[in-house]
Amino acid sequence: MEFFDIFLLEAVVNGLLLGGLLALLALGLNLVFGVIDVIWICYAELIMVGMYAIWWLYSVQGFPLWLAFAFGVAVTSLLGAALHHFIVRPVLTAEPINQLLVTGGVLFFLQAAATVVFTVEFRNIGIRLPGVSVGELHLSMARLIAFAVALASIVATYLFLTRTYVGTAIRAISQDRGIMPLMGVNASRIYLLTSALGGGLAGLAACLLVLQYDIHPAIGLSFGPIAFLICVLGGLGNLVGGFLAAFIFAQFISVGGFVFHLEWGYVLAFVFFIVMMFWKPEGLFARRR
Amino acid sequence: MLEIRNLSAGYGSFQALFDVSLSVRAGESVAVIGPNGAGKTTLLRAISRLIDASSGDMVMEGRRYNDIPSHEVVSLGIAQVPEGRRLFPRLTVEDNLMMGAFTPAARRHYRERLDFVYSLFPKMKERRMQMAGTMSGGEQQMCAIGRALMSKPKLLLLDEPSAGLAPVIVQSIFELMRRIRAEGYTVLIVEQNIQQVLQVVDRGYLLETGRIRMGGPSEALLASDEIRKAYLGV
Repeated sequence: MEFFDIFLLEAVVNGLLLGGLLALLALGLNLVFGVIDVIWICYAELIMVGMYAIWWLYSVQGFPLWLAFAFGVAVTSLLGAALHHFIVRPVLTAEPINQLLVTGGVLFFLQAAATVVFTVEFRNIGIRLPGVSVGELHLSMARLIAFAVALASIVATYLFLTRTYVGTAIRAISQDRGIMPLMGVNASRIYLLTSALGGGLAGLAACLLVLQYDIHPAIGLSFGPIAFLICVLGGLGNLVGGFLAAFIFAQFISVGGFVFHLEWGYVLAFVFFIVMMFWKPEGLFARRR
Repeated sequence: MLEIRNLSAGYGSFQALFDVSLSVRAGESVAVIGPNGAGKTTLLRAISRLIDASSGDMVMEGRRYNDIPSHEVVSLGIAQVPEGRRLFPRLTVEDNLMMGAFTPAARRHYRERLDFVYSLFPKMKERRMQMAGTMSGGEQQMCAIGRALMSKPKLLLLDEPSAGLAPVIVQSIFELMRRIRAEGYTVLIVEQNIQQVLQVVDRGYLLETGRIRMGGPSEALLASDEIRKAYLGV
């Protein structure tokens, strides 16, 4: 019985660590939706591109890891801005279904492009971090780092959004775009910046995921749906809601997976999601209008 | 300070303004009065470059600015309080004021301007951490005016400041207009509430169906037969 408790505790702690990472995954997607009102279906594919960029720079070109990480974030940031400028901007006022379709098209384009350039072979950067023991708890160093960095990025994003002029403009533009020019704000520029920030957050997620997962062209499918479900569960566009939903989701995956079986964790999480959608279709923490 | 010459503007094929000319001199407060649908809001939207002028000239301090993007108008020294206040409802009062000081030039004076707005509207200081959307209409109007004053404008444009407010509050809004005037601001105000607005401005223009019908000092307008018959009901 005592063993059981230790393992359960370990599952809860792992769930907490996973929650931080999932919260970061959802943040960029949620931010872009909350501000621009367009869902980047291809969000996880930006992460995939970031992971390949880091792998190519570090493992193939021999860059130091920190520099590869920095470039990875820069690449996804530029990709986010380009995605907005070339793909999203022309359909800003179009029907939501058209917006979904174009960003969905980018998903397949990026997947196919990655297959052509990098083949379907699994890649990894060959860094295996050791485990960490805290008392009788055995935790993964990679997960601890991911949790700490994810939380720090979320706090930094929060401070940026609440303490700076541009961050305040990003929050304001989602409430009333029409009068932004009267404030002296160039709305197009704020959209572009938000997209670059969303892309950059995808790049940060790529830095953390590359330490734990192999890279292949379809890896986005492992994170994309989860990130999207978390955003919906928290109330699309609600950053705080998405943050909390990530931790709830992660506990289902981790503790559910421990009590039953690893794969069952995901099943439980998705069942929970479906039930919640019947009960609160607008999300657990829907934005007050 | 502001010169509008033969301005025509509209939305698509619909023309709302025909050959409108008016001027505002430094230190003056001027009202554009007229009935609903006369084109008063369109005029202010054109002056703030939210819509394009199809012909005519708009000149601010000697510079023709017909072709600059709308977000650069604030930097010319023109700030607008839009119709219906249009505060950011889920931002705090202070964040709303911060948005009014977005331009680089305004950011440098943020503290000083914030103190000024709070001294003008002590109530806004009490409410600084409150969501703007949860305040009463009169308080929201103060916040909207404060937001426009944050950029230290040379010219303040006010679009129907009394619209949608209770009669008691309307009274206090015009009291506010007097105080803003007393601070030395140059003001161009658009109003339907003709009797009251003419008591707080120096000059007025009557706009009807997109054309300036008459203009002159407030007392002259208040005394004119045309305005008395059509708008004041005497």
